[in-house]
Amino acid sequence: MKRLLVFLILWLPVYAHAALNIFACEPEWAALAKEIGGDDVRVYAATTAMQDPHRIEARPSLIAQMRRANLVVCTGADLEVGWLPVLLQNANNAAVQPGRPGYFEAARFVPLLEKPARLDRADGDVHAAGNPHLHTDPRNILRVAEALAARLAEVDPANAAAHRARGQAFAARWQAAIARWESRAAPLKNMPVAVQHKSFSYLLAWLGLREVAVLEPRPGVEPSVGHLARVAAQLQTTPAKMVLRAAYQNPRPADWLAKRTGIPALALPYSVGGNDRAQDLFGLFDDTLDQLLEAAQ
Amino acid sequence: MLRPALLAAALATAFPVHADPQLDALRAELQELKSAYETRLQALEARLKQAETRTADAASQAEPTAQAPARTGFNPDISLILQGRYAKLDDIGERHISGFMPAGHDHGAARGFSLDHTELVMTASIDPWFRGYFNLALVDEEVEIEEAWVQTTSLGNGLSAKGGRFLSDLGYQNTQHPHAWDFADNNLMYRALFGEAYGNDGVQLKWVAPTELFMEFGFEAGRGAGFPGTDRNQNGIGSHALFGHLGGDVGASNSWRGGLSYLAAKASGRAGELEDLFDEHAETLFSGKSKTWVADFVWKWAPHGNASEQNFKFATEYSRRSERGSLLCMDNTPDGGACDGTEDAYRSRQSGFYAQGVYQFMPRWRTGYRYDRLDPGSVDFGANSANLPITDYNPTRHSLMLDYSPSEFSRLRLQYSKDRSMESLSENQWFVQYIHSLGAHGAHKF
Repeated sequence: MKRLLVFLILWLPVYAHAALNIFACEPEWAALAKEIGGDDVRVYAATTAMQDPHRIEARPSLIAQMRRANLVVCTGADLEVGWLPVLLQNANNAAVQPGRPGYFEAARFVPLLEKPARLDRADGDVHAAGNPHLHTDPRNILRVAEALAARLAEVDPANAAAHRARGQAFAARWQAAIARWESRAAPLKNMPVAVQHKSFSYLLAWLGLREVAVLEPRPGVEPSVGHLARVAAQLQTTPAKMVLRAAYQNPRPADWLAKRTGIPALALPYSVGGNDRAQDLFGLFDDTLDQLLEAAQ
Repeated sequence: MLRPALLAAALATAFPVHADPQLDALRAELQELKSAYETRLQALEARLKQAETRTADAASQAEPTAQAPARTGFNPDISLILQGRYAKLDDIGERHISGFMPAGHDHGAARGFSLDHTELVMTASIDPWFRGYFNLALVDEEVEIEEAWVQTTSLGNGLSAKGGRFLSDLGYQNTQHPHAWDFADNNLMYRALFGEAYGNDGVQLKWVAPTELFMEFGFEAGRGAGFPGTDRNQNGIGSHALFGHLGGDVGASNSWRGGLSYLAAKASGRAGELEDLFDEHAETLFSGKSKTWVADFVWKWAPHGNASEQNFKFATEYSRRSERGSLLCMDNTPDGGACDGTEDAYRSRQSGFYAQGVYQFMPRWRTGYRYDRLDPGSVDFGANSANLPITDYNPTRHSLMLDYSPSEFSRLRLQYSKDRSMESLSENQWFVQYIHSLGAHGAHKF
């Protein structure tokens, strides 16, 4: 019986894929995978910049794509804890299970900020490993890019050299872009800002902006009007230059605060596809910096 | 820093000061040597500093790799689900669905305040090849293993095998535990079909197709001890099920899943309580075969696929069941009943459906409506037709609910139902319910 089963499994048709299928949990990783994988990969982005990556339905279409994937590229750090495990469990794809080369978590290659000192749900939607919105610092994208190029070379040995070469070319372009952004962003240093959710901690740390207020009373908890009024009062004593939110987030809290305090509210693209200009990773940071610099004047 | 100064001091003592041109030249040479040394030392120091920061960088980069595994520690994910409610119900002694054989497992008729199932859930990878899941339902003086199974994770080719006690993948709602239901109570169709849900001790083989359209097919076989089957004290298979599901997206905002399932079960002396033609309690025993078909369909909508603000969910299931065998109506003549212990052929063909819509109109707030309707179809009691009543009453129910979820881990619900599941009774039911979960973050299916 056992021998028959082994025999059957070995002789099941092996599905030949023209290109390596990549399942990217978020659009930033889909864009990065396209930069490094080029024409040797086919990338599926499971979410868009208009969706909250914490709260995604484990839709049948996602299970079907997970089933076809040769490599899964996600953020990790519990960002996708509400839906990724369901996909992994129901797609029956052995190659992309955690621990296999086909499973790639960006958070493993980046030092995470805001690791909670205590783990208690009374503090809201806390992530034990730290803040998962790590791609808002382009230096982290560089770190992930290096690891992803190596991983692509591992899971797709036939095109290993091409993946490495594209990875190096991307790193060179990206480093030049970082230098450009950093010099442009010099006037932003020490500027106080308010944020709706802690989506931009890495961006703020990179550019040296100061976060003086968070609109959410606790991570993942929608702000009430009463709480917003308290934040507005707090901003009277410690003023901020702007209120930041991600494109996918509810505009009401930031807009309400903007109207109340006269501080401009910015809808940053947050990820690739967050607005018309953020169509790739370079556009994402170009647009983010343009918006910040314009509001800072 | 200390070294160039020391060197200079040593050289100075080695060459005492003399006012001599030769010595001046020597001193100049020495000065040159000293400054050359100093620049070289400075360069070396700078290189050392650079190397130090580089290793520090590397250390800070290496740290998260060691500290942030996908799951912390080897402990399984544990969660505990606390549920309780207040129910305002009429005082009805024996709740049943008119025209349908009672499926048992009917908790939740308690009036006033009561505790629902408290569920304890544990799950983890077992090794690189298996994962395990355990769900314990606790009620007063009763502990029930609702699920305890292992599943392969690395068969490949879209295949997985599961063994143990598990909720069947047939239909849509069947795999959901009560805490995941969108209403405070079970729909009438599942109550009539399985009591709560169809679970089995056995094995399941499932295949997911490598297509863009979601397609999964599965086969289950097992003991078949749960209603509509019974424990039969045999080595063979008591029940088997086949299911298939398709699903996909329509644009970014809509997604759907539909399926068809079939369950065949064998019953041997399945006990049921009915009211006979003299309105007396009659105990029946059914032996035979039961076949159930379930068609299910779910549609979900969220603007741009972002369900956190607003979303809508529609779910409906339709079922048909046919049973064939013999029915014994135990003698209840001493109590003034109609049954005299006759055993004769029994055939039934019954159906039912429910349809429900749940709308999240703002973050944290949802409202929903559910309609239940069952069709008693055709029932043939054979010779027992002289003792047992046959009805053409359609049990129906309307339910309206409003729930509020302060977070993903807590939910409070208010529900009103107009229940006409029992002939000649129309009951107004009110429920206030809480469902809270503590521990690991649960991930819910579509």
